[in-house]
Amino acid sequence: MDYFLELFLGGLTRGSIYALIALGYTMVYGIIELINFAHGEIYMIGAFTALIVAGVLTFWGFNHIAILLLASIIAVIYSAAYGFTVEKVAYKPLRHAPRLSPLISAIGMSIFLQNYVLLAQTSDFLPFPSLIPDFKFLEPYSHLIRPPELVILLTTAVSMLLLTLLIRFTRIGKAMRATAQDRNMAMLVGINVDRIISITFIIGSALAAIGGILIASHIGMINFYIGFIAGIKAFTAAVLGGIGSIPGAVLGGLVLGWTESFATGYVSSDYEDVFAFALLVLILIFRPAGILGRSTIQKV
Amino acid sequence: MIKLEELKKSFLVSVWFMFLTFPIMVIRVNPIEKVVEWRWKNILIVGAGSFFFSFLWRYLLLRRETGRKKMEAGEIEKIPLSRRILTEPKMYIPALVCIAVFASVFPFVFSIYQINIMVTAIIYVVLGLGLNIVVGLAGLLDLGYVAFYAVGAYSYGLLNYHFNLGFWAVLPIGALLGVVFGILLGFPVLRLRGDYLAIVTLGFGEIIRLILENWNEFSFGPSGIANIPRPSFFGHQFSLHAATVYIYFLMIALTLLTIFVVNRLQNSRIGRAWIALREDEVACQAMGIDKTKTKLTAFALGATWAGMIGVIFAAKTTFINPASFTFLESAMILSIVVMGGMGSIIGVIIGALVLILLPEYLRAFSDYRMLLFGAILVIMMVFRPQGLISNVRRTYKFEGR
Amino acid sequence: MEPILEVESLSMDFGGLRALNRLDLKINEGEIVALIGPNGSGKTTFFNCITGIYNPTEGNVLISPPGKKRERINGLKPNQVTEKGMARTFQNIRLFPNMTVLENVMIGRHCRISSGVIGSILRSKATVGEEKKAVEDSYGVLEKFGLSGYVNDFAKNLPYGAQRRLEIARAMATEPFLILLDEPAAGMNPQETKDLVQLITRIRDIEGISILLIEHDMRLVMSLSDLIYVMDYGKKIAEGTPDEIRRNPVVIKAYLGEEAHAET
Repeated sequence: MDYFLELFLGGLTRGSIYALIALGYTMVYGIIELINFAHGEIYMIGAFTALIVAGVLTFWGFNHIAILLLASIIAVIYSAAYGFTVEKVAYKPLRHAPRLSPLISAIGMSIFLQNYVLLAQTSDFLPFPSLIPDFKFLEPYSHLIRPPELVILLTTAVSMLLLTLLIRFTRIGKAMRATAQDRNMAMLVGINVDRIISITFIIGSALAAIGGILIASHIGMINFYIGFIAGIKAFTAAVLGGIGSIPGAVLGGLVLGWTESFATGYVSSDYEDVFAFALLVLILIFRPAGILGRSTIQKV
Repeated sequence: MIKLEELKKSFLVSVWFMFLTFPIMVIRVNPIEKVVEWRWKNILIVGAGSFFFSFLWRYLLLRRETGRKKMEAGEIEKIPLSRRILTEPKMYIPALVCIAVFASVFPFVFSIYQINIMVTAIIYVVLGLGLNIVVGLAGLLDLGYVAFYAVGAYSYGLLNYHFNLGFWAVLPIGALLGVVFGILLGFPVLRLRGDYLAIVTLGFGEIIRLILENWNEFSFGPSGIANIPRPSFFGHQFSLHAATVYIYFLMIALTLLTIFVVNRLQNSRIGRAWIALREDEVACQAMGIDKTKTKLTAFALGATWAGMIGVIFAAKTTFINPASFTFLESAMILSIVVMGGMGSIIGVIIGALVLILLPEYLRAFSDYRMLLFGAILVIMMVFRPQGLISNVRRTYKFEGR
Repeated sequence: MEPILEVESLSMDFGGLRALNRLDLKINEGEIVALIGPNGSGKTTFFNCITGIYNPTEGNVLISPPGKKRERINGLKPNQVTEKGMARTFQNIRLFPNMTVLENVMIGRHCRISSGVIGSILRSKATVGEEKKAVEDSYGVLEKFGLSGYVNDFAKNLPYGAQRRLEIARAMATEPFLILLDEPAAGMNPQETKDLVQLITRIRDIEGISILLIEHDMRLVMSLSDLIYVMDYGKKIAEGTPDEIRRNPVVIKAYLGEEAHAET
């Protein structure tokens, strides 16, 4: 039973990070119908920025809590800035191009950013500092859940709550929903669609950075390539839940997290990534609308 | 005369990029030795570079816009030089002769090292032409193309290891397995919409690679298969040098065959259906074209070529492992097609030669190779989606009427 | 004689929404039949249901092509429906913009010729002959529709009226016995509309092809049609000859609404 619980909590942790990254995919897809292939790289850049900032601050002798906060904040700002810039450079000029053009551009951006970090930093795996402090009260349960995992769960829950509130109750949220429904109509009623798209990229990228920092401190290692696999998995989560749907991304993330956790725990750990890819392929073939998505009617 | 406004814009862009790249370009932390390295020089390079590029970027965007407006106003496009060279016999026949002479004396003039590089480049030419059928003609974005390449390479490696089959026996088997895999994978996924299709093919590609990596009993895992024999000539085994030259001519022959086949297909009933499918699926079906069957043909034909080249690749390197068949490989072939011009045979050939040979000969480039591939995909999509050399549609004459 | 197209009690649901409600329709050989109704009344949905783009929830679509057996075609894919001899055009023009005018028509010939991959690569005698014939047949269609001057132009560069005509020409190239036109006169100026009327009459009189059309231009509908069906909210509210429809109070109400302001 303990083993089951361990796998369950492990899947929950994993899944909530996938969900954080999946939100970026889902929001962007909801608004401009683009699979933002470079989203995984934004997450990787978030993790790298946090690592760099933490390294510098450690060198300057800051204390633990300050490092954690500053590194996280700066990483989030930078990821958001990268997300914003990527949209302006690689997607905005292609607003009216055929559907596959922005996707190819996104793949290019993803490869570019990977190699940019590879060349400017290193191809080696870097140890990520354990920024999250030990909590005394968790010690009796340490075989089930450790501090980083608790922090991951809490942070994810809070981020999602904030995002939901933002989308439900603010003017920006309303404008985002309107743009997702019908971009031309939104433009006609005076919504600055370009600005809404930028904001969507900024929010999605910031969430990805949070995911990046969390997973990096959970696993303890990063390199320039982590964005690729994480990106595909998060995309799987988004599709699984129904792309374009925010609760869907959360649900999809958790389902994927549990699938991976139980499959590696009970079947075989060699094929960890195969499970995710297989799930992606199966869901796209048999239910491309996802769990919560509605199938759309083709307009002729 | 550059306006002040423009200078200000570029200045802001350059400041923004200096801010953006600051942590990653300037600071390098070594967490093990606890050293922080500051590389201030880099920020100057980024600043100056982005200042310059922002001018170029805006200029090109402006040109794109005016070009589009001219088109809308009904002005006739100028016929570019490349098109003139391709359509006028006076210009293309001498060029063809030169290329033929160069290609046939090449292996006798240059060293084995150079021949090897050229063979690699030609392998990419043919891979590009194969993917061009799928992406360029039929408009199906296949991000797992390399999986079929792997199928070909492993079928030679494994059949040779277990049954001692020779190169010429496996070549058709590799092509056939390519078709079989193409149909097996294509059948369930081809009804998906374009962007989902791209992701599913990527997923398939990665699954095949991961299986090759992890199923040790079947594929010898990450260590791969070594000592694969080079091709023989009616049972005669060559020396290393002769074998390289042999593969070179084999590849030239295969390239010619590919050009021949693609060219014929392009102007056939099936080729027209592919292009129409790329343009408008709904209209295509309403005109009586079986969407699934037509897509599947393109997908399977592309896979055939990848399977065939896979066999040759295994024979050329004599060693294969899963690391040769990553997603980046698929992306590279895609860059070749996109840069050359989707659907254009000449474009893809030039694209492959430039993108593979340039990094080989300009050593300074080789580190930046993948960076370049990524940038090319973005830049081509933004400024020249039709590629360097756009596809020319065949025209018909009806003077007799 | 049996009607060439007979639709029985056709219904189409989208989720909970009933877009078509038990619709009946008949077309006899050589007839021009019009389907009219306010926007959103389900006319295009009806087209999509009988051409295989949607699979109708209930009902039957039966065809009896001249000289062939009667058969049920709902559930077939669009390309199969076209192969059976029903071709269509679209409300918003759907040509292949980056193909030449001739190639557009040749796509229409696709299902009437058969060369495959191997034949195309080897360019066998049969393929070459077939291809040559396809080019000539397509050119013949273009000549008939007054488009032969544009043969090698890209479809996207044609003037609007010519694009509409090309779409009809392309559909004609599939050798249909019935052609379905979705708002063929939309966006045309009076002269172009006049030419269109001539064209449609010619298709029926000379080619002997029956026509089902959706149209908002009442003058065109009244002058062309043998029979008119009127739809509103997914239901058939009237059918009859142009004169009967003109006088039908239900139709007038559906078109003019409760406020009954005059329309010219």
